[in-house]
Formats: sequence, structure tokens, C-alpha cells
Amino acid sequence: MALASDPPKDGFRLSMLIYDTRFRSITIQIVVLLLFLAGLVWLLHNAYVNLEAKGKDFDFHFLWTRAGYDLAQTLIPYSNDDTHFRALIEGLLNTLLVSVLGCILATVLGTVIGVLRLSHNWLVARIMTVYVETFRNIPLLLWILLMGTILAETRPVPKDFRVTEAMKAAGEEPKASMWLFDSIAVTNRGTNVPAPVFDNSLGVVDIGWNLPVSLNALAVIAVMAASFWGWRRFMARAKAVQETTGRRPVTWWPSLLILFAPIIALLYALGFHLDYPKITKFDFTGGFQMLHSFTALLIALTLYTAAFIAEIVRAGIQAISKGQSEAAYALGLRPGRTMSLVILPQALRVIVPPLISQFLNLTKNSSLAIAVSYMDLRGTLGGITLNQTGRELECMLLMMLIYLTISLTISSLMNIYNKSIKLKER
Amino acid sequence: MSDTSFVRTEMLPPKPAPVSQVGVVKWMRENLFSGPLNTALTVFGLLVTAWLVQAGAPWLIHGVWNANSLTECRTIIAERWGPEATGACWAIIRVRWNQFLFGFYPVEEYWRLFLTFAGLFLALAPVLFDALPRKLIWGTLLYPLVAFWLLWGGPVWGPVGVLVGFALMGLAFTRLAPKLGVPVAAGAGLILAAVVWLYAVGPFESAMQSVLPLALPEVVSDKFGGFLLALVIGVTAIVVSLPLGILLALGRQSDMVMVKALSVGMIEFIRGVPLITLLFTASLLLQYFLPPGTTFDLILRVVILVTLFAAAYIAEVIRGGLAALPRGQYEAADALGLDYWQAQRLIIMPQALKISIPGIVSSFIGLFKDTTLVTFVGLFDPLKGISGVVRSDMAWKGTYWEPYIFVAVIFFLFNFSMSRYSMYLERKLKRDHR
Repeated sequence: MALASDPPKDGFRLSMLIYDTRFRSITIQIVVLLLFLAGLVWLLHNAYVNLEAKGKDFDFHFLWTRAGYDLAQTLIPYSNDDTHFRALIEGLLNTLLVSVLGCILATVLGTVIGVLRLSHNWLVARIMTVYVETFRNIPLLLWILLMGTILAETRPVPKDFRVTEAMKAAGEEPKASMWLFDSIAVTNRGTNVPAPVFDNSLGVVDIGWNLPVSLNALAVIAVMAASFWGWRRFMARAKAVQETTGRRPVTWWPSLLILFAPIIALLYALGFHLDYPKITKFDFTGGFQMLHSFTALLIALTLYTAAFIAEIVRAGIQAISKGQSEAAYALGLRPGRTMSLVILPQALRVIVPPLISQFLNLTKNSSLAIAVSYMDLRGTLGGITLNQTGRELECMLLMMLIYLTISLTISSLMNIYNKSIKLKER
Repeated sequence: MSDTSFVRTEMLPPKPAPVSQVGVVKWMRENLFSGPLNTALTVFGLLVTAWLVQAGAPWLIHGVWNANSLTECRTIIAERWGPEATGACWAIIRVRWNQFLFGFYPVEEYWRLFLTFAGLFLALAPVLFDALPRKLIWGTLLYPLVAFWLLWGGPVWGPVGVLVGFALMGLAFTRLAPKLGVPVAAGAGLILAAVVWLYAVGPFESAMQSVLPLALPEVVSDKFGGFLLALVIGVTAIVVSLPLGILLALGRQSDMVMVKALSVGMIEFIRGVPLITLLFTASLLLQYFLPPGTTFDLILRVVILVTLFAAAYIAEVIRGGLAALPRGQYEAADALGLDYWQAQRLIIMPQALKISIPGIVSSFIGLFKDTTLVTFVGLFDPLKGISGVVRSDMAWKGTYWEPYIFVAVIFFLFNFSMSRYSMYLERKLKRDHR
């Protein structure tokens, strides 16, 4: 077939680089590349000149020098004699701790709110709408500051919880009381919660780099995993029996036995009990004290993100047409199986991608810890370490790199998941 | 036999429906008490509402507007409602109203802010409502420079010089585009304008200033604060990030490997880090990457990074819109013989943008909320910066709730109206008749 106008056959002219659509895109790309490289060289040159002028260099050796500052709440042991790198890891772990807990709590709360917002109950649906609109339209920073203020300013001082002999004699009540059968005390200093204690402890083992691992925790996890695995085997066996003989064996009490008996036996053998916080003269002793910086950040992140997750859940449920559940009922599926076999697999396809992106947002928003002085990655590496060593360039670049790694890891996992559940078309 | 049976000759009037089937009772039975679970939920909801009302209502009702310090507030409340009563001290808002709104902007220059704000509505009107005459859009295009001059002051000739640069860019683009194609013409226009801005605006400004001095008193960026700052950052970033986001989204879909790689790299980098690190970059790192001795206004630096941040998110939203378009739309545009930019402008973008409206507007809302984060680089945002300044005054020490509630209400009003406008727009642009 002859084209309406054949491409010109005469030789290559320089002007064709701009005028000829066949070459133009290559020209543009080369120009873009050159501009990009020129810009990069310019930036790096400026950085070099500026560092030179300030008498600074660019290296990361400061990470292995003594940090010299204390951290209030850490997941792994830390003292001010440790290195800046160790402080960085503490900060990163604190970031991950608040993010993971926040994601779990926000998902639970968000799902409940999203479902209730679709409820036929007029009052509850309205309340949930007000909740969602309030939290979505007001900056997260305000919620964090507000939670911090509520916890630190409106809670009583520890000695208000004290009951003296004189008060008992006079039949007076203390000004403040603990919650949940005297197990949780929220003072203006922190939240005191019961701590698990093992009387016949197996001890801890240091796996190097000053990382103590509690053997009790390992034993508990191992036993729980083994029970779960055993339960799965048992249920598979029951299903096989049902398929060969047509009769399903009784499963409910063996299930309970397999799942819970070993762990209860283990806890009993280890002498497990809870150490409750008790008020002494001025402050609580025993138990475990959570700092308000952590609690305030966690609550604010949870409440804020839950509003977004609620909307995602609602959209996901509404995206499934009514015909799907009607068809499932017509096939004779019971409501529970309709939910698990028909509705959820389709709704999750709509819900999961934006849900993961909310998790990413929550992780990134946890850097607002700065507002309540929670020592997350930005507080250690991007805060005290940066100020002490004066290495803005290195600290900021490293911090961005770490956040970027977290984000890209989660989003690539999400892409794999998306591919696996994508509708197979054509 | 006709007298033995009774035949009714007229209809009986219908009986009224049972009480449980009409009016309020029916509505309540259906919507509040239709089952045990629903009843429990209703009771729970009522309890929560009642608890909130009894906790908050007296405090709000007892609020005092006229006082000069927190102690005075408390005395007034104790006098009026008894010694045990608690109440809001709204007087802090009334007394410090100007600071919450305008930061430390000089009082005698407030007329400039009012003018800028009024101008914002005039400039927005032709964009938001298409019933207005189209000619007004020129005013909208001119507005940013007018606003800049009004807000920061200084000689008028600087913004005029910048405007000349834009005019030259537009001229070069319209002249060159038919011959060289859109990207090359845009690049040439940009280079021309950059040359004008870098080398001609300064001499032009001083020359014109000596001929015809026309200047407003200069206001430095440190004086900006409160909602003025939030609006300056928010509005600028919103206006600039949309076109930038569209370009990034197109770049990500481009066939040119280099353009695509750069767009993807930029979008993923910006979306991967928290905004707060970018703000610290603006305040701490930018000085390393600029030629030695360059001073660069902090608000401008922050605006640039907030804009880039928002643009990356908007690019992803628009990419979603582009992906949702059926392939047939692209093929039909090709079949009509439209080139790339014509196809984008006439066929693809109008549809993709329409699909992405909810996402774009929620990005805008997020951006406006994020303007509060500038407090961490030392700017006086309304939430933490100004509230902190106000609270450090001895007279108001100990007021926590009132500034938070005030700021929250203002943010809520802005963001809620934005989301309602997006719903209106969605309804207006809806083309499928279901």
C-alpha cells in the first residue's frame, strides 16, 4: 500500500532534528537529558563550593561516634554512650512501632465506622458522618496537639490517686481513680499499664550488638505458632473425613483445646502474672509507663486515619452491586459464606490499594511526632543528631532515603498484590 | 327478593393507618428501633451525644467575649454562673483576632490584605462559575502578580517586568508552536522568559523607578502569619500544582524514555518522603545547593516545595483518570488526525480531569491542611505558631481549647466548602443519564 505522502528520501539535514517528527522525540529526549545533567552538575558543584566555604566535608563517619544524648522510650537497650547509628535505629524502631500500631487500630476503627456509616440506623449513620467530616477537614497537627494537651493538662497528678489512712478514716474518695479494675492509671506524666511478669523466667539471651531477646517471649510465640499449625492440620483432617464419609467430626472442643491448652500450660509453667501499677508516695511504681508523647501521637494518628479508612471501606462496600449478594442467596449460600466467598473478595479488590496508601500516609504522618516530642526517626537522626553534629546534608539525605525505602517497599508489595488479584480480562 | 339483602351503595371512607405505621412513630420504628442491634446502637448513640452535650454545652454557653485576660474571663464566669462553672474565654480570639488572621503584618497596611482577598474572589469567580463572561479570565491571569505586589510591596515595576517576561513567553510560544511543536516552543518561550527575568527585570525596575517612582512600603516575609500565611501558601500551591501535576502525569505516560524516567523518579521520590522532611530541606538544605551568597525568601522556598509535593500527588490522581479512559478515546483522537497536544487538550484531558475531580480536590484539601506544618521551619502558622505566640503572653497563659477550636472551625469551613464544591462540580459535569 502506498502512503499518501512517502517520507522524504533525500539525505539527512540538521533541521530535520526539529522539524521531522521522526527525530523530534529523540532530540527532545537528548535535550532533556542534557538539561537534567547540567542541573545536577550545577547543584552538586554548588554543594561542593558551599561545603568548602563552611569547612565541612561529606561523610557518614559521625554515625559511629558517641551520641551523648538520652532517649526516654526505646524498644532496644540504649544509653547515651551508644553511637548515633544506634540512636538512628531507636528512632526508626519508634517510627515503625507507632506506625504499625496506628495502622492496626485505624483499620479496626475505620472498618467499624465505615460499616456503621452505611447502617440503616439514622442516628448512628449521622454521628459517623459527623465524625468522618470533622476528622478529614481539620489538620492532623491539630489533633496531635490537642491529644497532647488533653493528656498532659487535664489529667490529674499521680498523688491525686493516693488514698491515705486519714482519708480512709474520714471516708473520703481520692480525687482521681484508676480504670479497668484498678489496672490502668492515666496521670499527667504518662499512662501506667500492667506489665507481664514471669516468675520462673527462662532468662534473656544476647544475640550480639547488645540485643537481648527474651526467651519467654520466644517460647510463647513458638507454642502459639505450633498450636495454630496443629489446628490447621486438625481442621484439614476433619474436612478430609467429611469428604470421604459425608459426616463431619465434632471440631469445636478439640479446636479450643488445641489452640488454647498448650499456651495456658506454658504460661502457668512460667509463672506468668501481671504486675499492676501501684501508687506510692508521689508516683506509680510497678507496671509499665507509656509516655504521653507516644499515646497522644498514636491516638491522633488512629482517629485521623480511621476517618479516611472509613470512607474507603464504605466505597468498597457500595461498589459491590446488590445483584451479587442476591445471586449468592439464590444459589443457596448462607449470609456468612456469601460475605466470605462473594462480597469480600470483590470488595477487597476495591478497598486494599487505597488502604495501603493510607498506611503509607500514616507512616509518613508519624513524622509529625515532632509536635509532641516523640523520639521517632526525625527526632533522633533528623533532630538531636543533626543539631549536635551540624551535618544537615548527611542527616537529611539519610532520613529521606530511609523513608523512601519504607514507602517503596510497601508500595512494591502492594503492586505485587494488585497484580495477583487483578481481574483477568481478554 | 330485593328487600332481603343489604347492598352498600357507597364506598366507606378509608380507615386511618395504624399509629405504628405513620408519621414519626413509623419513621422511628424503621430508622432507630428496627431490631435489637439497631435499638442498642441508637441507645449507644444517644448516650454518646448526651455525654458530649453535657460535657461541652455549659462550657460553650458560659463563653465570655469581652475581657482582657484569662483571669478576667474566669472572674466574669464565676460571677455570672457561680464559682464552680467553667466557660470558654473567647476574648482571646477577639483581642488577638488580627494576629490570628494576619500575623504581624503592619496594621496600617491591612487595606492591602483586604484588597488582595477581595481580588481573590474576583479572580476565582470566572474559574469556578462558567456562567460569567470569558473575558474576565484575563483578570484572573493578571491576579497573581497584583497580589504579589500588594502583599509584599516594593516598586510596582518588578512585577511589571515579570509580566513582560510572561507576555514574551506567550508570544514566542504562539508564534513558534505551529512550526516547531508544543514542547520545543514551550522550551524556547521558557528560556526567553528566564533570560528576561534574570537579566532585564532588575535594570528595568531601577530605571523605571527613577523615572516614575511608584511603590508600596515593603513588608518582609517574617511579618506574615496566621491564616494570611496559610492562604498565601495554600492558594499559590493549589494554583501552580495543578498544571504541574498534569505535566508530570503526562510525562509518566510518555513514550519518551527519558521524560518518563524523570517523571516517575520525581513523583515516587516526593511521594515517598514525608512533607516535613521536604520542609526541612527548604529551610536547611537549599542553601547548600544554591550558588554561595544567594538569599532566598523562606516563604518562597516553602511554597516551591509544598507545590512540588502537591503536584506529585495530583499527578498520580490524574494518572488514575487517564488510566480510566477507554483506549478508544485515544484511537478516535488519532483517527481524527489530531496531534498529541490537540488530542490531550480537546479529547483526553477534559474527560480525565472530570474523572479525577474528587481526587484532585481531596489533594487540595490535604495541601491546605498541610500548610500548618510550616510551623516547624519557623513560620507563624495559625495553629501552632500564632497560638504559641498568643499563649506566651502572661495574660492568656493557660488557654488551650479556644485557639484550637477557633483554628479548627476556620479550617473546617474552608475544607468542607471545597469538598462540597467538588460534589457540585461532579454533578454538573456528569454526562451519563442514569
